[in-house]
Amino acid sequence: MISLTSPVKTRAHGWPAGAKVAALCAASVALFAASALWMQAAVGIGVMVLYALPGRIFLRHGMQRLWPLWPFIVLVLVWHVVTGAPADGAMIALRMLNAVALANLVTMTTTLDGMMGVVRWLLTPLRALGLNLRAVELAVALVIRFTPVLAAKGRMLALAWRARARRRAGWRVIVPFMVLALDDADHVAEALRARGGL
Amino acid sequence: MERSLTQIALFAALIAALGLIPQLTLAFGVPVTAQSLGIMLCGTVLGAKRGGLAALLFVGLVAIGLPLLAGGRGGLGLFASPTAGFLIGFPVAAFATGWVTERLSGMGVAWAAGIAALIGGVVVLYAFGVTGMSLVLGKTWLEAALLMTAFIPGDVIKAVLAALVTAALYRARPASVASRA
Repeated sequence: MISLTSPVKTRAHGWPAGAKVAALCAASVALFAASALWMQAAVGIGVMVLYALPGRIFLRHGMQRLWPLWPFIVLVLVWHVVTGAPADGAMIALRMLNAVALANLVTMTTTLDGMMGVVRWLLTPLRALGLNLRAVELAVALVIRFTPVLAAKGRMLALAWRARARRRAGWRVIVPFMVLALDDADHVAEALRARGGL
Repeated sequence: MERSLTQIALFAALIAALGLIPQLTLAFGVPVTAQSLGIMLCGTVLGAKRGGLAALLFVGLVAIGLPLLAGGRGGLGLFASPTAGFLIGFPVAAFATGWVTERLSGMGVAWAAGIAALIGGVVVLYAFGVTGMSLVLGKTWLEAALLMTAFIPGDVIKAVLAALVTAALYRARPASVASRA
C-alpha cells in the first residue's frame, strides 16, 4: 500500500517526525487563537510558499489534497455573506484551510516509519499499564497487509453477485464479506499461535 | 489473545476495504460510503472493547498517513478539517455500539444490534461530528447540527443495515458474534 508521503523529496523529509508533529500541534493552537483576518491571510501566503518551494509536482499533489474542502469554504462564505459578516467568513475559511494545509504538509513530508516512531514514543508510557507494544505493531502490519486482500475479496464477491443478478451488489454482500474477514482472523490467529504467539 | 488481536486488525482492514470497493451501493441509492456502517458492525459484532479498538486502530492508521478513508484520503490534515469530529468519534461510536449491544443481550439479535447502532453509530457519532464542525467552522452547536441533518437519514438506514447484517451473521456463524458470546 502506498502511504501519502510525497515522493518528491524535500528538505523537511529529513527532519525528525516528532519535532514536526509537535510543531504542528503548536501551530494549530496558535491558528485557532489568531482571530484577525490579516494574520490568517499572512499565514495562508506563507503556507502557499511552503507548498510551492519543492516544485510544481509537490504543489499539485498538495492542492489535490486540499480540494475536498471546497464545499465547506463555499458554505462558510455564503453563510457569512448572508448574515452580513463577510470578513468573519473569510477568516474562518482561511483558518480552516491553513490548519488543514499545515497538517497535510507534515503528512506529505514524513514517512510511515517516522510516524510509527512517534506513535511508539507516545504509547511507551502506556506500557506500564500493560500495553503490549509488539502486539500494536503487529496489528498495524496486519491491517496494512489485509486491507488490499479484503478489498480484493470484496471485489470478487461483488463480481460474483453481478454475474448472477441484474442489479449491482447491495448490502447483502456484506454478510459473506464479514464471514470471510472473521475466517481470515481465525486462520491468522492460529498461524500466529503456531509460530510461538505474541 | 492472538484471536482478539487478529479480529481487531481484520476489522480495521474491513472498515478500510468497505471504503475501497466502489461497486458497493447501499439501499435506496444512498450515495455515502459504507465506512460508517463498518464502524457500527465493529461494535455489534466484536463488542465494546474489541470493536472500539478496531475503530481506534483504523483512525490511528489514517492519522499516520495511510489513505484508508473512502476516496483514498488520509493524513493529519483530516484532523483539522470540518469532518474531524466524525473521525475522532469513530472509536467512541464503535465502543458505544458494542456496549449497548452487550447490555441488550435479552433481546433478539437484530433489535439489539439495530438499537445499539442507532445509539452508537448515529447519536454518539453525530455528537462528536457536530462538535468538531462547530469548532472548525466557527458556528454554534445548533447551527452545525442543522448543517448535518441532511446526512442523518442515510446513517439511520445504515443502522438498520447493521442490524440486518449482524442478524444474518449470527445465523451463519453464531459463535463469531462476540458481543453475544
